[in-house]
Order: sequence, then structure tokens, then C-alpha cells
Amino acid sequence: MSDPVPFIALSAVLFTIGAVGVLVRRNAIVVFMCVELMLNACNLALVTFAKQHGNLDGQVAAFFVMVVAAAEVVVGLAIIMTIFRTRRSASVDDASLLKY
Amino acid sequence: MYALAESAPLVDPATADGTLSLLWLVVALPLAGAVVLLLGGRATDRWGHWLGTATITGSFVVSVLLFVDLLDRGEDERQVVLHLYDWIRVGGLDVGMDLLYDPLSALFLLLITGVGALIHVYSIGYMSHDPRRRRFFAYLNLFVAAMLLLVLAENYLVLFLGWEGVGLASYLLIGFWQHKPSAAAAAKKAFVINRVGDIGMALAIALLFVTFGTTSFSGVSALAGAATESTLTAIGLLLLLAACGKSAQVPLQAWLLDAMEGPTPVSALIHAATMVTAGVYLVVRSNFIFDLAPNAQTAVVAVAVVTLLWGAIIGCAKDDIKKVLAGSTMSQIGYMMLGAGLGVAGYAFAIFHLLVHGFFKANMFLGAGSVMHGMNDEVDMRRYGALRHAMPVTFLTFAMGYLAIIGFPGFSGFWSKDKLIETALADSWLVGLLALLGAGITAFYMTRLMLLTFLTSKRWRDDAHPHESPAVMTVPLIVLAALSVLGGVLLLGDWIVDWLAPVVGTAEHHEPPIPVLAVTALAVGVVAVGVALAWFLVGRHEVPVTPPQRVSLATRAARADLYGDAVNDHLVVRPGAALARGLTTADRRVVDGFFTGIAAGIGGLGRGLRRAQNGYVRSYALSVLGGGLLVVVALLAVTI
Repeated sequence: MSDPVPFIALSAVLFTIGAVGVLVRRNAIVVFMCVELMLNACNLALVTFAKQHGNLDGQVAAFFVMVVAAAEVVVGLAIIMTIFRTRRSASVDDASLLKY
Repeated sequence: MYALAESAPLVDPATADGTLSLLWLVVALPLAGAVVLLLGGRATDRWGHWLGTATITGSFVVSVLLFVDLLDRGEDERQVVLHLYDWIRVGGLDVGMDLLYDPLSALFLLLITGVGALIHVYSIGYMSHDPRRRRFFAYLNLFVAAMLLLVLAENYLVLFLGWEGVGLASYLLIGFWQHKPSAAAAAKKAFVINRVGDIGMALAIALLFVTFGTTSFSGVSALAGAATESTLTAIGLLLLLAACGKSAQVPLQAWLLDAMEGPTPVSALIHAATMVTAGVYLVVRSNFIFDLAPNAQTAVVAVAVVTLLWGAIIGCAKDDIKKVLAGSTMSQIGYMMLGAGLGVAGYAFAIFHLLVHGFFKANMFLGAGSVMHGMNDEVDMRRYGALRHAMPVTFLTFAMGYLAIIGFPGFSGFWSKDKLIETALADSWLVGLLALLGAGITAFYMTRLMLLTFLTSKRWRDDAHPHESPAVMTVPLIVLAALSVLGGVLLLGDWIVDWLAPVVGTAEHHEPPIPVLAVTALAVGVVAVGVALAWFLVGRHEVPVTPPQRVSLATRAARADLYGDAVNDHLVVRPGAALARGLTTADRRVVDGFFTGIAAGIGGLGRGLRRAQNGYVRSYALSVLGGGLLVVVALLAVTI
């Protein structure tokens, strides 16, 4: 059994990069990609732990995440496209009409 | 002490039969008149005043028939009760609508309906130009009906019903010209001050019921001897408070002078036949309580003496003819209360003075109304003068009333006031001398009124064209003047004393400390001094048309009603208003402040929290991350 620590560390780094990207970037496409990065960091952690435990629970969960991520990409990109068409901008800060 | 009689006679009436069963008609007639005139509305405008006068006259006729019937009966059969129906029957409280007819109520019936009828006749002329004359007569009828119920009641609760009815009717009549703010205010003032007295009445009735389990005169008079003196004193003082309110005695006197805002016949009715006499009636009727409560009697005497001087002093300084007469009423009612407070020796004389005062005061008020009628409703005596030529009938009739009130020998007031002073002197030197002093002041201000109005020189306004009033007004004046002169016959052979003996008891006769003739001479002397003083101070000089401003402190005080209003204002009105203001402020600030504060706090919190919904996706993401971190930290904290 290989050492899980590097995998988990990588997963944490990727997740952190994704989270920071979501928080600091304005471009909706980049934010979207960062979300994907966070999802995949989670997948990596799930697979690592599955391997560690020697069962398939984590791997099944990773598959679910991938399916959901695929569906999310379809809906999310469609929303971003629509926003870009109407507002000529892909900045998430510009789309701030829905508020108090 | 002049007299300390055996305990008061019991009220033990027989059931009314024969003519006496018509008793209910006396009250029902004017009441029906009031109902018809008030409900009939404008349809009755044309003949309303005739109906109003007819009902009172009918009442008077019935009263005379009843009186004749009563005269025929033996002395111990002169109390009858007429049970109309059960009014209240709850548990131990059993109140019947019972009317009591005895020598005392018989005299009141004659006075109220007789003088009332004359005032009604007079009002036909006096109010002839008023578009609301029909309503005026409706109120007059209501007033008389309430007063009749008051004096005919056989228990305190029915009496209270009449008592309140009188208060209501006086309110309606004093404020009859309600378009004048002063009249509306005067009516309200009379009503409010009367309510203060009514508290006394209500408490007295409650205390009577608690003590004796009944409110009927017969029940209370039979049981009064068994009660403790302190209870009786409390009841007596509460009844005195009630009497003070209705009879305008100090300290509840302030409404009477303002009540002059009503039409003059109303003043005559209030002052002569109804309303203010109710307090004296109450005290005399409750003799079985007062006889056993000497302290309450002393309080009655004290109030009476203060009031009789108070009213007389006010009367000296007023320029408004009606206010002088109002002050004089206050003072004369003081004499009656004095008589009533002196106990068995004085009751009969109090009632005697009440009757003759009813005659001469109605006479003078209606005379004053006649003067105003001819002078464009001018009331300022400084604008009268020399009216004896323009209004000979009014002058002569007024003069009869004047001679009666000052106690000119032979006139009715002379006999009644002389008896009261004599009784007071026998009771206590101080009270007697103060009553004598009051007689002197009375002579002074009434002479001043006569001089300013009918004698001295003309000071009329340019547009005044005084003329004698029509016969419908002068005939009642003549009748009342005759009664003012001849009222003294009631005392012939001590008739009134014997007549009232079944109700108020008989005083043991004691020789007065000084001879009766000396007292009479003293009284006449004091009156002569008062008249002479008025002549020297007022009659000999040219009267200025505007009241002089550089006057003594005493005059200033008298012009301001001896600061009665100021006292009420400072002691009651302003603290009351301040209390009310304080309470509303406390309610607004503290109670309302607490609840609106909570609401405002929640609202403010909501407004602050709303700021979090700023529409920036990235700030939401930060919140989610923060929340996630919190969960992780919490999990770690739990597991480690």
C-alpha cells in the first residue's frame, strides 16, 4: 500500500487553488473551472481513501461526483453563455442584480 | 341649646287611597309633556308651549286637590305611600317605585308646580322670539318632572333618579343657547360639579344599604337608632356633600354663578322651585339621620354659614343683575341649610324660608328677565337706571320681592329670616351673629341692585328703548309679588311648624336667651344699616358706566367670586390635567416605548442582515467557505 499522504496533500493543494480561484477571480469561466478543480480535488481524496480502506465506496462516490459535475457543466455553461449574450460581460461581479 | 327633641318621628306611611291615589299624575303629566314635545319634534312647534304649560298647570291642580285632601285628614294619617311597581328586585335589594306623600312633600309639590306653572306662563312671552321654544318647554317639563319625582320618592334610590334627572335637565337648560361657547361651558361646569356631589349621594345610598339593608325612608327611619353614631355621621356627611353639589354650597358653589348663561326663566326655575332647593330637602328629609349625628349637623351649619356670607359678599360686587341674584340665592340657600343644620328647632323654618324664597326669588328673577327683555338683553346694571318710569309693573313687583328678601317688617322674608336668626342665636352666639351680618349684607347688595336698576339716573345705551313687558309676563310677576308679600301667613299661629311636625318632629320649647322682640329689633336694625350704607355708597353718587378699577382688595376678591374658580382651578383642574398629561406621557414613553422599541430593534436587525444579500456571488462563496471551515473546526474540536 503506497503512502496516501502525497495524494491527500495534492488534493488539498488543488482544492485550495480552486477555492482561492473562486473567491478572487471575476471571470465566470475561470470561476467555473476553479469549481471543477475543487470537485476533482475531492474526487482524488475520495479515491485515495477508497484505496486506503480497500473498498469501493469512495470510488462510487467519485463517479457520482463526476456525473453531477457533467450535468453541472451543461447547465452552468448555458447560464454563463446567456449572461454573456445579454450583458456582453462574463464578470460575476457585474451579475449582481439579484440582491436586497 | 334651644331644643333637643325626642328622636325624629318615624316615616310610617299608610297606603294611598281615594284622591291620594292620583299622586302619580303629578309626576306623569309633566313627564308626558316632555316626552311628547321631545319625540313630536317640529310637528309640535306651534302648540308645544301651550302643552308644556298645560301639563304643569294640570300638575298644580292635582297638587292642590291632594293638599286639600291631606288637610282633611288627622295629623297621624298624613303620610301615605303609593306603590307604582317593583323597580329593582335583586337578592336583598328590593326597591319599589314608591311615592311618599306627606306634609313636607305636599308643600314642595305646591311650590314646584305652582311657581313652575307661573314660570312656564312667563316663558311663553319671554321665549316668543326663540325658534327653539318648543324644545325649551320640553326641557322645562322634564326639569319639573324630575324635581317632583325627587320630592315624592319614598326611598333614596328613587330620589337619586329624580336627583340625576334634575342634573340632566339643568345641564340641558343652562346650555340651552349652546351656540354660545360660554353657555356650553357653563352647562358642562354645572354638570361636572354636580357629579362631585352625586358621588356623595351614591356613596351615602350604598352605605345606607350596607348598614340598614334598605334604602326606603320608612326602613331607614325605623332602624336609624340601632346604627352607630360614626356610621350615621358618615352617612350625614356624604348626604351633605350631595346637598352641597345640588344646592351650590361652599365648596361646590362655583357652578351657580355661571349657570346664569341659561335663559332667565331657567334661572328662576333653578333658583326658586327646583334644583338648588333639593339639597335642603335632602337634609330635612333625612332628619332621622341628622338628628342622631350631631357632628354632621355641625358640619351642615358650618357649610351653611360660610355659604351665606360667601354668596352675599359676591352679590355686593357684581354688576351683572343676574349674578347678583345668583349670589343672593347662594346666600339664601345658606340660610335654609343653616336652619336644616340646627336640627328639630330649625327644619320647619328652613322649609318656610325655602317656600317664601321660592316666591320672591322667582319674582325677582322673572323681573330681571323682564328688565332684560326691555333692554335688548343688557345685563350690566351700570347701563340701567331710572327704569321705574319705563317699566312700572316690573318695578313694583320687583320692589315687593326686594322688600321680602331684605326682611322688611311684614313681608314674607322678614318672618322666615327672623325665625332662622332667632333659632341660630339660640343655638350659638357666633352662628346667630354671622347670620345677622348676612342679613345686613343682603340688605346692602339688594338695595344696590334696586338703586342701580330702577332708581338713580339713566345710563342706557343709545339703542335701548325700555318698555314694559307683555301681560303674559307681567301677570306671573304680579302673582309672585303678591305671594312674596303674603308668604308670611304660613307662619300664622305657627301653622307651618305644626304642619311639618309629623315629618320633622317638634322641638321642646325653650325660652331664648334674649327676648324674641329684641332679636327682631336687632335684625331690622342691621337691615336698616345695610340699606342706609347702600344709599350712601351708591345712591348718592353718579354711577360710572364702567366699573372703577381702583378698588379695594375685598372688592377685587368679590368680583372674582372670592376666587372660587381659582381655587378649583389650582386644587383640582390643574393637578388633574397635569396628572392626565403625565399619564399619557408615561403611556407613550414607557409602555408604548417598550413595544415600539422591540419592533424597531427587530426591524433594525433585519435591515442590517439584509446587507449580507449583496448580489456578489463571490461573497456568497466566501460565506459558504467560512461556514465549511467552521464545521471542520467544530468537528475537530469535538473529536480531539
